[in-house]
Amino acid sequence: MAMTATADHARADPHHIGVVIEHPGPAPKRIVTAYGFWIFLLSDIVMFSCFFAAYAVLVGQTAGGPKGAEIFEQRNVAIETVCLLLSSFTCGMASIAADVRNRFWFYLGMSVTCVLGLIFLAIEFREFANLVARGYGPSRSAFLTTFFSLVGCHGLHVSAGILWLLTMMAQVFAKGFRADILRRMMCFALFWHALDIIWVAIFSVVYLLGSAP
Amino acid sequence: MSDEMHLTAHHDLAPGEEEQHSVGERILGYVVGLALALLLTATSFFIAGTDLVWQPSIPVALIVLAIAQMGVHLVFFLHITTGPDNTNNVLALAFGLLIVFLVVGGTVWIMAHLNANMPPMDQIMRMQ
Repeated sequence: MAMTATADHARADPHHIGVVIEHPGPAPKRIVTAYGFWIFLLSDIVMFSCFFAAYAVLVGQTAGGPKGAEIFEQRNVAIETVCLLLSSFTCGMASIAADVRNRFWFYLGMSVTCVLGLIFLAIEFREFANLVARGYGPSRSAFLTTFFSLVGCHGLHVSAGILWLLTMMAQVFAKGFRADILRRMMCFALFWHALDIIWVAIFSVVYLLGSAP
Repeated sequence: MSDEMHLTAHHDLAPGEEEQHSVGERILGYVVGLALALLLTATSFFIAGTDLVWQPSIPVALIVLAIAQMGVHLVFFLHITTGPDNTNNVLALAFGLLIVFLVVGGTVWIMAHLNANMPPMDQIMRMQ
């Protein structure tokens, strides 16, 4: 059996190295799309690393303004972190529901994800508004500039993610679980999970390390 | 021999895609990931505010915990594994991490040296 199989595939193994490489043709579109989106996410993470580098360099340049330990409130950050973590979980539940084509659990998972994302954004917005009101806006010092750009850039990503989330719900509502919709849903789940990874870096490096006296 | 041939005909897994699992197993995977992530987050917040541990170890501990949690997210939420069907995804991740470490590490290294070798600001002002 092995002999005949080898003979059948002789042309696929011209150098007789023993490993026959079959060519199954291009990968399915689902794999190509998700892989391309994974590359985009990695480039997004590289962009965030530039903001992190700028923050690390300028964290001590407070120009007489407040230090991180004076303006960070750990309780708010803990609530934000739990919101984002739970929303990552519910997003995973929604993508499982989409794979098994269960509309009820899909809508429920996505709605909970949306609400948790909005709570996160509300807390962050209140923190920013509070800082600006106290005169600690992004123009106060180099430290605050980099703080607002880094955390604000993540907040912008979350806002864009929520718009995308609502779009996905509308698309499933209007078009059902078609193959192309499921591909978009897969990309959205990747995006949302990647945002959570970046938030882990932000709360550890900015808020927790910055709170140390 | 023929087994080898058929192995190569398999397609890779897309990032975020799991091997064939039942719904229950997939949900369990997310639950385990969530529990681990919550545990690591709680540890981070506890360590940052406590004086029970040796103070100079806190920054290192926070960074180690953050990297561990990112690993948990990658494995349980993004389903990036070291399996043979995930090679493309892991290689892309490895390249991304290389760039991240070059950017962050290189910036911090160079700027710290520039800062150390720079004369104090009042000296620069007098030179002008």
